[in-house]
Amino acid sequence: MADVNRGNRPLSPHLQIYRKQLNSATSILNRITGIALLGGAVLVVWWLMAVATSESYFATVDGLMTSVLGDIVMTLCVLALWYHALAGVRHLVWDMGLGLDPEDADKMGWGIIIGSFALTFLTIIAI
Amino acid sequence: MAYMTDRKRVIGLGSAKSGTDHFWKTTFTSVALLIILPMFLFSFGPLLGESYADVQAALSRPFPAVSAALMLIVGFYHFRLGIQMVIEDYMQGLSRKIAIIAMACVSYGLMAIGLVSLAQIAL
Repeated sequence: MADVNRGNRPLSPHLQIYRKQLNSATSILNRITGIALLGGAVLVVWWLMAVATSESYFATVDGLMTSVLGDIVMTLCVLALWYHALAGVRHLVWDMGLGLDPEDADKMGWGIIIGSFALTFLTIIAI
Repeated sequence: MAYMTDRKRVIGLGSAKSGTDHFWKTTFTSVALLIILPMFLFSFGPLLGESYADVQAALSRPFPAVSAALMLIVGFYHFRLGIQMVIEDYMQGLSRKIAIIAMACVSYGLMAIGLVSLAQIAL
């Protein structure tokens, strides 16, 4: 189809001149946490495999997962999980046609950030 | 066009000829994961650092085993859909196809390893 509006269409954001907003940051973080959670998933599957294999192998993997570094990684995984979950809820809200104006989107953005830290804190306490 | 519903118009369309199928599956699994995630977190988390016998006993019980299985199935499926979206945004041509297939292999592979391990523990 001939494009009658050539040259006068909205451009995609160019990163060099793009003004950072809460919305762009929270959106990119949603994608990053989603990808990063593959790492956490590999660790969980490796741990399950170790339980199924032998007691000595389990001791090695479990020791790694509960070391200081393992605790830090697992805590970051929980944070990424809750962040991704809350950002996903925001997308479900948006899909219903609600909260699409900048003020509401910003409010939900702060809600995601604060909420994910709060839920992570509660999860660590509960477990 | 006047008698066509919105749904009829999108089915079978889009560059992948699958309409809103990918979007719907991502949405569907995201809602499921909102229920599965807490089930998994609070049944799996306490097991880290427990003794081998306790872990085996816990994962042989229905609730922790089912929570972990659902997390593996729905979680990795959701990841496969999501990572395909990311790959399609940033890669083109042959490398895009290879990346999508490779990530599908990783997702389903890890899902299978996790599920077989769960079965071995429970049986």
